[in-house]
Order: sequence, then structure tokens, then C-alpha cells
Amino acid sequence: MELQVKPLAMAIMVMSAISTFAIPQAVADNHGAMIKKGKEIAEDRKKGNCFTCHQYAGAVLPGNIGPPLVAMKARFPDKAKLRAQIYDATANNPNTSMPPFGKYGALTDEEVDAITEWVYTL
Amino acid sequence: MKKIVITALAACLALGATAAYASQAEDIQALRAYFKKKFPKVEFQEFQIGAYALDADKRINYEGIKEFPPYEDFIEDGKALWNMKFKNGNSFATCFGDDVSKVRNRFPHWNARDKQVETLEGNIVKCMEANGEKPFKLKKGKIAHLSAYIASQANGQTINVVVPDDADAQAAYEHGKHHFYAKRGQLNFSCADCHVYNSGMKARGNLLSPVMGHTTHFPVWRGKWARGSKSGDGFGTLHRRYGGCNKQVRAKPFKAQGKEYSDLEFFHASMSNGLEINAPDYRE
Repeated sequence: MELQVKPLAMAIMVMSAISTFAIPQAVADNHGAMIKKGKEIAEDRKKGNCFTCHQYAGAVLPGNIGPPLVAMKARFPDKAKLRAQIYDATANNPNTSMPPFGKYGALTDEEVDAITEWVYTL
Repeated sequence: MKKIVITALAACLALGATAAYASQAEDIQALRAYFKKKFPKVEFQEFQIGAYALDADKRINYEGIKEFPPYEDFIEDGKALWNMKFKNGNSFATCFGDDVSKVRNRFPHWNARDKQVETLEGNIVKCMEANGEKPFKLKKGKIAHLSAYIASQANGQTINVVVPDDADAQAAYEHGKHHFYAKRGQLNFSCADCHVYNSGMKARGNLLSPVMGHTTHFPVWRGKWARGSKSGDGFGTLHRRYGGCNKQVRAKPFKAQGKEYSDLEFFHASMSNGLEINAPDYRE
């Protein structure tokens, strides 16, 4: 009986060790993957197409209709406000030229989340 | 006070009876003042070349292309269509008059009998139907070639779209104006977002052109359309362009030569009043 418990206890110990150290690593990886995905969606001309209007570091042939994407953390201390702006910029200003990407379904909620994470790195 | 109001009203009514539609005159004046302030270095007549008046590098490329325009053979095709006899012996001159130089600048105009805006391309089609001919397609090809030839014969004439003292004509103008300023499509852009408020700004590498001067050079030859055409034909009508703009903002395009675009043309062309015709012309 004891012999059977020991491997189980061992397994639990190993599992908890993994969850203590490996899961934060996985979270970081997920976050990195999300930022990468966000950039891809942002630069997809059929999706975010952000550089048509916004300049940012590394943007190829960007437009200048919207403000440059720079110092985003300082400009949006509250990340939720940045997300809201990407989701529906018309809520703040009905005359804005920025499309309401989330509200009109040009992007899914998940895609808006991913772009928000990427924009927050700029 | 009452007397003053009544006198002012009477004065307005008296003016309205003789002068052109006051709102149209106000819209044109406001837009001219707006663009003069926005682009102080651009001479009024220069607005006929659109974005090329705003950017020296783009203008050099444009002038280079204009030295050997890619569209001249197609204008010749249009001339042949103008001279072509219909099966019944008539020709386009039967509908439009013998002097081809007096055609382009009559359009768009209000037809009081049919209570609708008439456009050059719309009347080309009506002419063919009235003479038992199979009408041209509405957005490109022969209709644009014929329109380009007709327009080329009117170069230098000053655009003066008239909105008459007629409630229906004024409603058509206001309908077109509404289309221009209303947000539309999944991307929620109005025509004015790009061609008034953000004119002179860049959408990627594309410099957004001011609305004033848009219609002086239609039908237009676009490099983009030529590249997408098997025969290399870059010509398209104004309503083809409208459809493209609507699609770009992910709105459903309206029918070429239908009421929506004809009313839009009535307003849109008015915003080029005072500018000279320079058609056809090249655009990116």
C-alpha cells in the first residue's frame, strides 16, 4: 500500500513544482504569442490595417491620418480605455475617422484583445 | 421686429426667384474658403489636378505620364463611337447636337419634366435606347471612351452646375449632399472624411484629394484600373469610381446611373463650379 502511495505523492509533488514554476512561464509565452498575433492582425490589410492611418516604429509606408502610435502606456495608463478606443472610437467622438472595429464587426473581440496587447507595447 | 423679419423674408424670396439655389452657393463658398485656408499655396484652378497640386514629387511623376498619356488610343475609339451611325441612320449627334464641344458641360443637370438629375453617361444610354441600339455597359469600356472623347472636346470650359428654383431639384441636391457627408460602411467613412477633413493627408502612400476639383477630369484613367484590365484599359466613369469608394469603406455600392449616384453627382460636380474641365486625366 505504502509503495503505491509514494509514487502518487511524488507525482503530486512534481505536478505542484511544475505549476509553481512552469505555469507563469506559460502565461508569459501566451502573452508573447498574443502580442505577436496582435501585430499580425494589425498589419493584415483586411483586418486592422493600422498603418494605413498610423505611423509606428517599423511600419512600412504608413499613413498619417491618425496620430502616431507611440508611448501608448503613458497615453493610456488604463489599458481598458485603449481597448475601448480600438473597439469603438466613435463612442468618444462620433466624427472620428477611426473605424469602430469591434462594434461593426471588422474585428472579433479576441482580435481586438490581441491588437490591444500589441499596441500597448508601442 | 416683425416688420424687419417680413422684409428680410420678402428679400430672400425675391432673391430666390432669380438667383441660383442659395444653399448650393453657400456650400461652394464655404468649401472654397475651407480649402484656401487648408492649402494656402494652391491656386484655385490647380485643384483640377487633385492631389498632384499638393505634392511636388507626385506632381513630377504625373507630369511625366502626361507627356505621353496612356489613354490617347481610347479617346480615338470614343471619337469613332461619336461618329458611328446607328442602324436607323441616326447618331449620338442626333441626341446631343452636332457640336461635340457643347455636350460635356451641360451635365449634370436637372430634368424638370422627368424630375431627375441627368448625367452625360445616363443620357448616352438613353440615346441608344431611344434609337433601338443595345446600350453600352455603364461603368467602363465604350461608355467611358465616348465620354472621354466628348469631355476632351470641352477642355477649358468652366464648370457651372445649376440647381434651379425647383423644390425637387433642390431635394436631389440635398440628397446628394447627404450621401457625401453621411458615414457609411463597416469602416464608417463618409466621402467627406477623406476628401474634406483629411484631404492632403496620407492613407498609406495615397495622398487624399480635395473634393473641389474631383469632377473636372472625369471620365478618369486610373493606373490601378489599367493594371487590372486585360486590355490595359484604365478608363472608368464617375459612377464606377463611386462604387469603388463605397466598396473601400465596405459599404454596398449603389447602381451606376441610379438615383443615389446621380444625385451625388449633382452635388459633387457643383463643388467644382468655377473650375475648368481638364478631361480625361490620369490618376494613380
